[in-house]
Amino acid sequence: MIRVKNLEKSFNDNLVLDDISVTFETGKTNLIIGRSGSGKTVLLKSIVGLHEPDKGEIWFEDVLFNKLDFAAKKKIREEMGMLFQGSALFDSLTVEQNVRFPLDMFTNKTSEEKNERVNFCLNRVNIINANKLYPSELSGGMKKRVAIARAIALNPKYLFCDEPNSGLDPLTAILIDELIRELTKEFSMTTIVNTHDMNSVIEIGENIVFINEGIKCWEGTNKEILHSDCEALNDFVFANALAKQLRLSENQ
Amino acid sequence: MIRFLTQFGRYVIMLKKVFSKPEKPSIYYKQTMHELVYLGLNSIGIITIISFFMGAVITLQTAYNTENPIYPTYLIGLGCRDSIILEFSSTITALILAGKVGSNIASEIGTMRVTEQIDALEMMGVNSASYLILPKIIATLLFNPILTLISIIVGILGGWIAGTLSGVITSQDFIYGIQYAFIPYYITYSMIKTLFFAFIITSVSAFQGYFVEGGSLEVGRASTKAVVFSSVLILLFNVILTQLLLS
Repeated sequence: MIRVKNLEKSFNDNLVLDDISVTFETGKTNLIIGRSGSGKTVLLKSIVGLHEPDKGEIWFEDVLFNKLDFAAKKKIREEMGMLFQGSALFDSLTVEQNVRFPLDMFTNKTSEEKNERVNFCLNRVNIINANKLYPSELSGGMKKRVAIARAIALNPKYLFCDEPNSGLDPLTAILIDELIRELTKEFSMTTIVNTHDMNSVIEIGENIVFINEGIKCWEGTNKEILHSDCEALNDFVFANALAKQLRLSENQ
Repeated sequence: MIRFLTQFGRYVIMLKKVFSKPEKPSIYYKQTMHELVYLGLNSIGIITIISFFMGAVITLQTAYNTENPIYPTYLIGLGCRDSIILEFSSTITALILAGKVGSNIASEIGTMRVTEQIDALEMMGVNSASYLILPKIIATLLFNPILTLISIIVGILGGWIAGTLSGVITSQDFIYGIQYAFIPYYITYSMIKTLFFAFIITSVSAFQGYFVEGGSLEVGRASTKAVVFSSVLILLFNVILTQLLLS
């Protein structure tokens, strides 16, 4: 479980996150949604420690993460996996080397054990016969899947995904969503997904937090989102044709 | 002034991170070997070509400026040797490497920054500054002295070939000149300068790349800044080191 309490973050006097408090539960796909520039990525990067919050607390189970020193943070970070918006695969390494990187860096496994783990992770995300390819030779969807394989290589307790569907066709986006949901259940991870994709919200949003202009406006499930009183959320949700249709069919 | 001090402070903090204890020495060793090839071995070609022509021009210019019967011709060889060892091989090599290696380092690290690859490293708990920059610093500190030695040898060879082929000096006189009154400390002086310059090129360029914010345009700007700042610092330290080591 990850708990965020009264989080504030600003850049050059521009308040980006204002008093955010939220709990992300274990074994669930937790979604942070909002318009572009609403502060979703800043919230996610503050949670994982890539941004230093101005105020507030971030708890990983019963550990106050944002007050730890570098060495102590490192221990928690070894339990995290993250899928970045642009995949962030290392250009100079092959697919296999990318997935192997955290194993080389943080484990004392034998070469065979590492190979076995790499193959397991790549098979799990359906990457076959691409071990020796470089990121520049992969499609957008494949890059995302390799990035997921790298994120789960160390069997993490926490998985963070920053806009996993951006730049993908609808079919591949659904496959990535499915994969994230399956992995969350399979490994009992606490998963946090940043998205503004309504398909993802409806498909995998077990716990949804809506951020608008740096403020948490709403929290609920994918069942509840279509019946919210929050005006900003409704503007966001019903800009999407699928959500409109869903509401229409529910009303009928 | 405040901007300069802020940047200098960031540079010092970055260096502190760079020289902290490596997570896994075996991985750093592998990276260093890779950088030796990438930053060192791959620079031999350009250094050889430039040093050869540099030596040739120095010899021809020295011959032109000493066209007087009272000067013995072997002075052309001596002048060529001392100019190359004392100044050209260390400083010109460093300026060339600031352009080639410096821009390469800044753009590589800058691209990793804007494509979130550095965030990915930090996220995993890797000290990104140390992992990315330390192997490059070690590789250039190890290999740049070799490049300078190659430059000295090829430069003198270029001078000998140009001098003898153009007929401004005989082969015997040139060889006598390059052996005459040789002071071995000049090589030490050249190596000390090379080590300073190698550190400047790598750390300044890495600094420019590491703190890039924005996109490809900013990476390009960082690359240009890396070359400009490294070159200016090389020239500045050239004066300081010459005063300290030769006075």
